[in-house]
Amino acid sequence: MRNPLSSKVTPIKPSGIRKFFDIVSEMDDAISLGVGEPDFDTPWHIREEGIYSLEQGKTFYTSNSGLKPLKQEICNYLDRRFGLKYDYNTEVFVTVGGSEGIDLALRAMLDEGDEVLLPQPSYVSYEPCITLADGVPVIIELKEEDEFKLTKQQLLDAITDKTKILIMPFPNNPTGAIMTAEELKDIAEVCVEKDLYVLSDEIYSELTYKGNHVSIASLPGMRERTIVINGFSKSYAMTGWRLGYVCGPEIIIEQMLKIHQFAIMCAPTNSQYAAVEALRNGDSDVEKMRVSYNQRRNYLMKEFKEMGLDCFEPFGAFYVFPSIKKFGMSSDEFATRLLKEEKLAVVPGTAFGDCGEGFLRISYAYSIDDLKNALVALKRFISRLEVKE
Amino acid sequence: MKKEILDLISQNSRIHNSEIAAMTASTEEEVAREIKEMENSKVICGYPTLINWDNTDCEKVTALIEIKVTPQRDMGFNKVAERIYKFEEVESVYLMSGGFDLTVIIEGKSMKEVSRFVTEKLSTLEYVTSTATYFVLKKYKEHGIIMEDEKNKSERMLVTP
Repeated sequence: MRNPLSSKVTPIKPSGIRKFFDIVSEMDDAISLGVGEPDFDTPWHIREEGIYSLEQGKTFYTSNSGLKPLKQEICNYLDRRFGLKYDYNTEVFVTVGGSEGIDLALRAMLDEGDEVLLPQPSYVSYEPCITLADGVPVIIELKEEDEFKLTKQQLLDAITDKTKILIMPFPNNPTGAIMTAEELKDIAEVCVEKDLYVLSDEIYSELTYKGNHVSIASLPGMRERTIVINGFSKSYAMTGWRLGYVCGPEIIIEQMLKIHQFAIMCAPTNSQYAAVEALRNGDSDVEKMRVSYNQRRNYLMKEFKEMGLDCFEPFGAFYVFPSIKKFGMSSDEFATRLLKEEKLAVVPGTAFGDCGEGFLRISYAYSIDDLKNALVALKRFISRLEVKE
Repeated sequence: MKKEILDLISQNSRIHNSEIAAMTASTEEEVAREIKEMENSKVICGYPTLINWDNTDCEKVTALIEIKVTPQRDMGFNKVAERIYKFEEVESVYLMSGGFDLTVIIEGKSMKEVSRFVTEKLSTLEYVTSTATYFVLKKYKEHGIIMEDEKNKSERMLVTP
């Protein structure tokens, strides 16, 4: 028989998180700080609207780009929160989660051999999506001493004449890093000067704890060269509804929509109705969750300090990224031992790029009581380790 | 800071000051001071506990009573309300807009006890012109807490990207 598989797909490594998921799911009483989704239920008024849409028999396709009222509400929202102005008709469409948007943008924009600058540590799907779109990922290793922000110099050093797209994954999963308006301005200037496009993944934009999120698309000269990815999963605790959206210049959006139309058809109809309610009446839910995440973040930072775990203070998303370098173990080894010895699951930093070595991703999408229990285990584990200078 | 403390203790009044301090990135002393201040100024009026008496051996009956009163010259409704809220059996008293004047919530050991209180104490009060008593059959949710919340095991997977 002939080889049934594509030589493009087979070399792609499965996600490093998979291994931990497999071990954990075999344990009955494992506790976990390894989850990348909110612990809150979707607010009831949003769920109720989804249920109502089912009762009303709204069980058909929507237009490829999504419900008109949803697209309009998305535009209102982006304007009132981040000062981004898009035409709902030509510059926005609704996707199946933010992940679809990432895939579509790369497929619509890349030709074979185009280089994509990918700051890491960052979310697991950028690199395979670049490869699948025939692009060449060029990794920029973010540094702890820069608080895992992208610096102008790092960007300049990585640009070649094949560079086409820069991925901007802020607020960042797994580090929790954010970038301020000032810091983004430096990056934006380079992008304009070197004629780069930007794929800005802003799925955690509502979860910042030191001032409002700034979208790079709102900076001078950037709107026409930026695709903004956002969605409902993190801000409204709607991960399972699979709903996101993309915005950008019409010329790119039009081509992305074409792929979406043939590959997906449209995002789930009931999720779209629920999302309209989320955008119209959900601001206070978001605020409540943000306050709660921030309290947990404060709590973790203080506990880490007390147990002697080094960690830069992150101001976004719901992750902290402590360094375990002083224990003389690899991230994988540390996480595996922690899981075996204390039944506590965390994700090794290396799941998000090789430069995550020496770090762990710890999620605080958990109640304070859950965090407390987990920290007892973590503290006990650390107290058994020897610090190696 | 005050608002954040209030939100936290309104959900769990037994939370330790050290925990509040950690969650709000302040110090234990600061938290203690703020709480003392709010107790003194009667922002915080008490720390009762939400108990589901149905899950104990104790019998409890709750009734909601609508009361119409004739307000008194020079004292309005306040004096009448005072006459009512001073009874130990009375849990809550609210002045209402709409078709009647006061809502009174009574807690007693039995229906008989509550009825006796209404007929003997409340309805005989001067200025009370009528009462309507409704017994609570079941409490689903109180103080923002669902009384018989089945805590389903979380459906979240344990490790996700």
